Amino acid sequence: MAENLNQPFEESAMNKEEKRKLNREQRIQVIAFAFMIGITILAFLAVGAEGIPTIFTTPFILLLALVQLIIQLYYFMHLKDKDHGWPSSFMISGLVLAAPMIVALIMLLGVVKY
Amino acid sequence: MADSVDVKKGLPANPEKATLEGKNKFLGMFVFLAGETTMFATFFGTYLGLRSGTASGPEPADLFQLPLVFIMTMILLTSSLTSVLATYAMKKNQFGKLKLWMWVTFLLGVTFLSLEIYEFVEYYEHGLGYTSSAFASSFYTLVGLHGAHVLFGLGWILLLLLRNRSRGITLYNAPKFYAFALYWHFIDLVWVFIFTVVYLMGIGG
Repeated sequence: MAENLNQPFEESAMNKEEKRKLNREQRIQVIAFAFMIGITILAFLAVGAEGIPTIFTTPFILLLALVQLIIQLYYFMHLKDKDHGWPSSFMISGLVLAAPMIVALIMLLGVVKY
Repeated sequence: MADSVDVKKGLPANPEKATLEGKNKFLGMFVFLAGETTMFATFFGTYLGLRSGTASGPEPADLFQLPLVFIMTMILLTSSLTSVLATYAMKKNQFGKLKLWMWVTFLLGVTFLSLEIYEFVEYYEHGLGYTSSAFASSFYTLVGLHGAHVLFGLGWILLLLLRNRSRGITLYNAPKFYAFALYWHFIDLVWVFIFTVVYLMGIGG
């Protein structure tokens, strides 16, 4: 095993069923990407358009960013897959730590605007 | 684990996790990214706390240009897709396609970074130096940290592509390409929050 680690392969060991599954997954990724582009455009429009009140825009674009976070983590970084238990727990702990850090820093720096 | 893979039939379906070393690289990458998440959180928190401290210098709404940020966002989001397509090519043992998509990712990254440098030069000419105000330093530090990550990623993929240009996909380099793709998605993810929190909220929030 160890001696042929640097050996390229003539062909893929995947059978037809596995290949079909992979192709379908790839199609889902492209659709997820199109969806991401869509919500990005929506976020820019919400800010760029005249007459939309700030009180609506800010929570709205933050919500869209959250949706993007979930798509990137679960589809592009494959956290939804079966063998991703540990990566998921690492990333979730990171996010759980990150949220109070942001809030604490904003409050420490004395912002009363929020 | 390593000896349980039958390599006689061809490239295993998940070459990035077929060896123990690959599995470790994969897991280690996520430990690193979780740490990066908390690091970026501190920079975001600092920026949000300081962004109204403009010290009568330029304000976010005076500087930020929606079209430029939009173009940069589209470029970086697309590069995330191309790196995903590269990992699919890798799983199918299509080395040419893997290289092609990785080079596209690289070029998109270079374009993004050039636009960011252009943007910083522009802001500097509008009177936003690093020490102009609390807003200026926290902005340059946060966005500059992201830019530094992009630069690091570009160096990473360039080295991988040059080093493996004629090797083909092996069980040794597949985890490396996969780790880069994960890193690149993370960079993209951070940018999603930068364009939302820094630029969009700076203009309209």
